[in-house]
Amino acid sequence: MTTALSIPLEHVFFLAIILFLIGAFGVLIRRNIIFMLLSLEIMMNACGLAFVAAGARWAEPDGQIMFMFILALAAAEVAVALGLVVQFARRFETLDIDRAEELNG
Amino acid sequence: MHLLWAIPALPLAGFLILFLTEGRLPRAMVSNIGAGSVGLAALLTGYVAWQFISSDSTSFTSSSWTWMIVGEFNVSFRLWVDALSLVMVSVITGVGFLIHWYATGYMSEEEGYSRFFCYMNLFVFAMLILVMGDNLLLLFLGWEGVGLCSYLLIGFFHKVPEFGYAARKAFVVTRVGDTFLIIALFLLFREVGSLEIQEGLVYARENMSDASTINTIICLLLLGGAVGKSAQVPLQTWLPDAMAGPTPVSALIHAATMVTAGVYLIARMQDFFMLSQTAMLCVAAVGLITLLIASFTALVQSDIKRVLAFSTMSQIGYMFFALGVGAWSAGLFHLMTHAFFKALLFLASGSVILAMHHEQNMFKMGGLWKKLPIPFIAMLVGSAALVALPLTSGFFSKDAILLKAWKSDSDFATLFWTVAVIAAFLTSLYTVRMMVLTFFGKPRSEMHELKKESLWHPSRIRTVVPFGLLAVLSIAGGWMGFEFTSDLFGDKGVHAEFHFDPIALLTLGVPFAGVVVGYFLFASDLIDRRRLIKNKMGELLSKFWGSGWGFDWVYDTLIVKPFRFIAQTRLNRNDVVDLFFNLIKFLANLFHHILSMFQTGHVRWYAFTMVGGLLLVFLAVVWI
Repeated sequence: MTTALSIPLEHVFFLAIILFLIGAFGVLIRRNIIFMLLSLEIMMNACGLAFVAAGARWAEPDGQIMFMFILALAAAEVAVALGLVVQFARRFETLDIDRAEELNG
Repeated sequence: MHLLWAIPALPLAGFLILFLTEGRLPRAMVSNIGAGSVGLAALLTGYVAWQFISSDSTSFTSSSWTWMIVGEFNVSFRLWVDALSLVMVSVITGVGFLIHWYATGYMSEEEGYSRFFCYMNLFVFAMLILVMGDNLLLLFLGWEGVGLCSYLLIGFFHKVPEFGYAARKAFVVTRVGDTFLIIALFLLFREVGSLEIQEGLVYARENMSDASTINTIICLLLLGGAVGKSAQVPLQTWLPDAMAGPTPVSALIHAATMVTAGVYLIARMQDFFMLSQTAMLCVAAVGLITLLIASFTALVQSDIKRVLAFSTMSQIGYMFFALGVGAWSAGLFHLMTHAFFKALLFLASGSVILAMHHEQNMFKMGGLWKKLPIPFIAMLVGSAALVALPLTSGFFSKDAILLKAWKSDSDFATLFWTVAVIAAFLTSLYTVRMMVLTFFGKPRSEMHELKKESLWHPSRIRTVVPFGLLAVLSIAGGWMGFEFTSDLFGDKGVHAEFHFDPIALLTLGVPFAGVVVGYFLFASDLIDRRRLIKNKMGELLSKFWGSGWGFDWVYDTLIVKPFRFIAQTRLNRNDVVDLFFNLIKFLANLFHHILSMFQTGHVRWYAFTMVGGLLLVFLAVVWI
């Protein structure tokens, strides 16, 4: 199978890096838990994109398999994290992550 | 020989069943499992022995699996039975079964009935591994196993603190010997490169010279191990205290089998010992010294079981002595006959003690022969064998040892022989004293209300059968036995034939002389016994002998008390060792505080440090 990829690999990686950084900064800067979760999803999708692109470049199925894993991971993560968010919202009646500083050493 | 493995496996199975059910089984079933497993093993041993005698081979082996392989060091779980082990296995399973049988009656009113048989079965298993193992490490496994069971069973009545102390004492003192043994194993491995017994013996025969120093050291260390296990001087102090255990335990472990493990070890390593004159001399000397010390001590004891304990020590002294002068088969023969008659004596004394409501002081007994006829007869037979009256089993074995000692080419043969004969005389003295005090004379205590339904209740009549069988063995064990053991080591020489020379006559006459003198000393009114004891010399001697020649006192002063002092005073509270451990505690505490500072509870701070760390790793990868 010849690759139908016309976009250079570097461009895709560059996009993935930008997405990843956006996500990372989002996690660091945002205080709303929902937005932090969204940022995490963006980071994961950036990784997924990089995997798929690399897999396509070397004509290996591994990249797509890894993306499947990432999807499963994201689904599991969302299930747990949304549960936490609901609990958090009920207990503190806010979504501000900085209020959750009770659990310290 | 494919059935060989089943002999130790049966008691092991019994142990496992009793252990896992934790005493929930009914007593009848416990008896059947506990005694039955050993009984089946005895039957199987009989079958193996019959096959062994009718076959031409000199040994049976049975390989099961490899225990461990570490580099060159290879230990397989192989059982090896030749004539030497077969004698031991027969004694362990045969006498062991009779004692188990007796114990089903003796222990029937005690708490922890199931626990008792559980430990006993484990003991039989460990002892069988000890004598059947084809590897010194396997032997050591059994060696430690029987030590453990000895500890558990001495302290069987665990509600009495003194018994627990006796158990710990036995454990710790034998551990001293075990340390010697394991060092001997290390040295042997370094010399021979293997712990396989047969390989080692071949190596000793072919590669070692007579004057080899390392061989002498190994033999002396092995002797150290044997001394600890077999309660010989100077590690003999635990055996009298071990009498705290139930009487069947004393009979099985501390008379018939475990304490003879040392004799077995030396006999097993014969080819090493043969090369070293020094080691042989030490074995003989240890045996003789123990023989004398124990005989004198037995003369002044008041506790019937302690008399038997010291008697056991002295008889094992005979065995060591026999090994030391090269009378290998005679020593082993004595081991076998001693197992018969000493088990009988212990069981009979157990019946007496039970009938007297756990009274062990002979001075509170007396005149019991009419009330306890069967123990009396049993004890009489056992005593006759112990003092070696002609035609009893003890006579054949002891006579063989004494004759062989006389004929041995050692420089000290005459001295050795003289001491051994004196000890034989003392043996008859203390035996007569024990019999007279226990069974004859006037009853000396008010406690003579014998329990109705005691040992002679129909349900307990089963205790009589072991008496009968052991009595038969004590008499007849000598007639058939010596042929069996005599060609073990190829020394066909000494049979207990009746030689018409003065030495043999003297050997023959000494027990009678002892009995006659003992009668005049302890039973007749011709000699005023009070005047004999009530003077300075007599009091001093009886006190000195009574305390076991002061060994306990010496160890107490030299080791136990200083150790306690160091352990208990403030001197030791903050010592160097503690310093190290306090440092660990301090560091753990410090790191805990430092690390807990990082846990701020700010989730975004955690995320930031994670990203920062990631960046650092990236930078490091790029730059390096």
